[in-house]
Amino acid sequence: MAEMELRDVRKSYGGTEVLRNIDLRIGDGEFVVLVGPSGCGKSTLLRMIAGLESITGGALLIDGAEMTDVPPRARDIAMVFQSYALYPHMSVARNMGFSMEIRRRPETERRGPVDAAARTLGLGSFLDRLPRALSGGQRQRVAMGRAIVRDPKAFLFDEPLSNLDAALRAEMRLEIARLHQRLGTTMVYVTHDQVEAMTLADRIVVLNGGDIQQVGTPIELYERPANRFVATFIGSPTMNVLEVAPSRDGLRLADGTPLPGPGTARHIGIRPEHIALAKPGEGIAATVEVIERLGSDSNVHCEIPGVGPILARIRGNPDIRPGASVGLVPEKDHLHYFDASGTALPGMAM
Amino acid sequence: MAALRRTPPLAVVGTYLAILAYVAFALFPLYWLLKIALTPERLIYSDGTALWPSALTLENFRAVLFATDFLAYFRNSVIVSLGTAAATALIAAAAGYAFSRFAFRGKRLVIALMLVTQMFPLLMIIAPIYKIVAALGLLNSLTSLIIVYTAFNIPFATFLMQSFFDGIPKDLEEAAMMDGCTRLQALRKVILPLTLPGLGATLGFVFTAAWSELFFALMLIRSDDTMTFPVGLLSFVSKFSVDWGQMMAAGVLALVPSCLFFAFIQRYLVQGLTSGAVKG
Ligand SMILES: Nc1ncnc2c1ncn2[C@@H]1O[C@H](COP(=O)(O)OP(=O)(O)O)[C@@H](O)[C@H]1O
Ligand SMILES: [Mg+2]
Repeated sequence: MAEMELRDVRKSYGGTEVLRNIDLRIGDGEFVVLVGPSGCGKSTLLRMIAGLESITGGALLIDGAEMTDVPPRARDIAMVFQSYALYPHMSVARNMGFSMEIRRRPETERRGPVDAAARTLGLGSFLDRLPRALSGGQRQRVAMGRAIVRDPKAFLFDEPLSNLDAALRAEMRLEIARLHQRLGTTMVYVTHDQVEAMTLADRIVVLNGGDIQQVGTPIELYERPANRFVATFIGSPTMNVLEVAPSRDGLRLADGTPLPGPGTARHIGIRPEHIALAKPGEGIAATVEVIERLGSDSNVHCEIPGVGPILARIRGNPDIRPGASVGLVPEKDHLHYFDASGTALPGMAM
Repeated sequence: MAALRRTPPLAVVGTYLAILAYVAFALFPLYWLLKIALTPERLIYSDGTALWPSALTLENFRAVLFATDFLAYFRNSVIVSLGTAAATALIAAAAGYAFSRFAFRGKRLVIALMLVTQMFPLLMIIAPIYKIVAALGLLNSLTSLIIVYTAFNIPFATFLMQSFFDGIPKDLEEAAMMDGCTRLQALRKVILPLTLPGLGATLGFVFTAAWSELFFALMLIRSDDTMTFPVGLLSFVSKFSVDWGQMMAAGVLALVPSCLFFAFIQRYLVQGLTSGAVKG
């Protein structure tokens, strides 16, 4: 159990700064997900918490104690690596019990925790195998088991599921959620997959280009993204972003359609699920290009002449065909406004 | 196996014949060595190039072992080769690990300098080395040979070890450090066991290099009781004749430690030990 605090943490390699102004408090037992595109510094930040990477500037505190320059072994934190990093010359059991072996716990004491972890992870019959005789999913479980046996103050995960196929990934995601519920230990989880972030997190930290873009609960990020980057990064399918220009009584699209909103807005954002289909003549005039029918929903890809493509997600199975002219009606309460710098502006309704 | 079934039988026969021819070609000198060693002295010239000796004898071996200083040379060579292999492997492993894992100032310079040392012909540097060894009072000592051989083998051995360390994912020692190891413990418990094949290869390479080195041994060693085996072999050549039979018998005996050494390390040369460490 641990609280963590990052105070104005920076990281540079030589002259290049890869992380800056990182201020973050992680509560005891919280599940925090660091999410962002590849290369934004997620792993670097996680590795600085682990102690595997030096902290160039600022401070890291764990349970109020200064940890900035403390070596990894003294931080009492376990980490699950993207590559699993199992010791290839040790059996599954020895891999999982290695932390106790290092602490010179006698063999008889080690068996209990290893067996317990193996049982929860369904690894009971593999304890004598070497990692090379396991499938990818089983290796992933061993890596998690090794962290569980460690019984640490906090768990760190660096894209632990990215080497698994889709079905296994969904299964392991659930397993990690269960693990967090059962243990209640602080977890920091890195992923570039926003679905993983949304489903697992108590709080999400969105990173881009070495800066924190926004910190919030999944729903906060979904409903009130702080800027265009977060708006388009969080949510699936991606939010539509359209250019707008100021007009006398609000905003207008390039095709002249008037929209409500603050005059300083340069872009509006509409999530696909917040657009309704209407008869031509109502709302924004558009042409249907492609329809993806998913059963429960349909993704209707449209083109607004003179403006660009837009996606609407419609419940059920609407009776329309490609090439049809439709009207698109955005829900006014769910419009997002962004100024020239991309920062979100308060809307009219809010 | 599947590929073998599909190839026509004639091609298989051809392949094996080619391999056989190659093996015969490679092993022929060794066979000749053994043949002459086993041929009685009076028959060496009369037998000439006959493939099979007309009589066999162990007399040459007996003479080499009991009537010459061979055993002393042999012992000296074992000391020098083992000493060199051990010292080189230790230093090369440490240096190779540092090159593989750490970024430090002057790294490129050190690597460049190590490469430069490999570019000079031995003939050019033997005089200065002789002077240094003489000034240290180490002439005629086995220590001088161990130091010189170690110095000359370190660059190559270091690059060899570095490539083995490069092949071991960094994640492994980081995982070990998260599990509570110091860096040294991680090195000893996780990395070292995985480097054994590399260490074996390096030891073998250095051991054989030191075992067969003649040039420095000839220059730095004068006295009979510190001669290594390659130098000692020359004593079978007298002003008036060459004792072929004894020389070849000594040669056969000299192969024994190399063979033993490789037999000992070959199980560490098995590759693929790191498979299963990372990814799926
Ligand atoms: N050892 C290093 N030396 C120099 N640059 C590095 C090093 N490690 C990472 N970087 C840089 O830092 C940035 C962030 O890397 P990383 O944290 O691995 O990104 P992410 O995990 O979000 O994909 C990248 O631009 C990467 O090139
Ligand atoms: Mg990463």
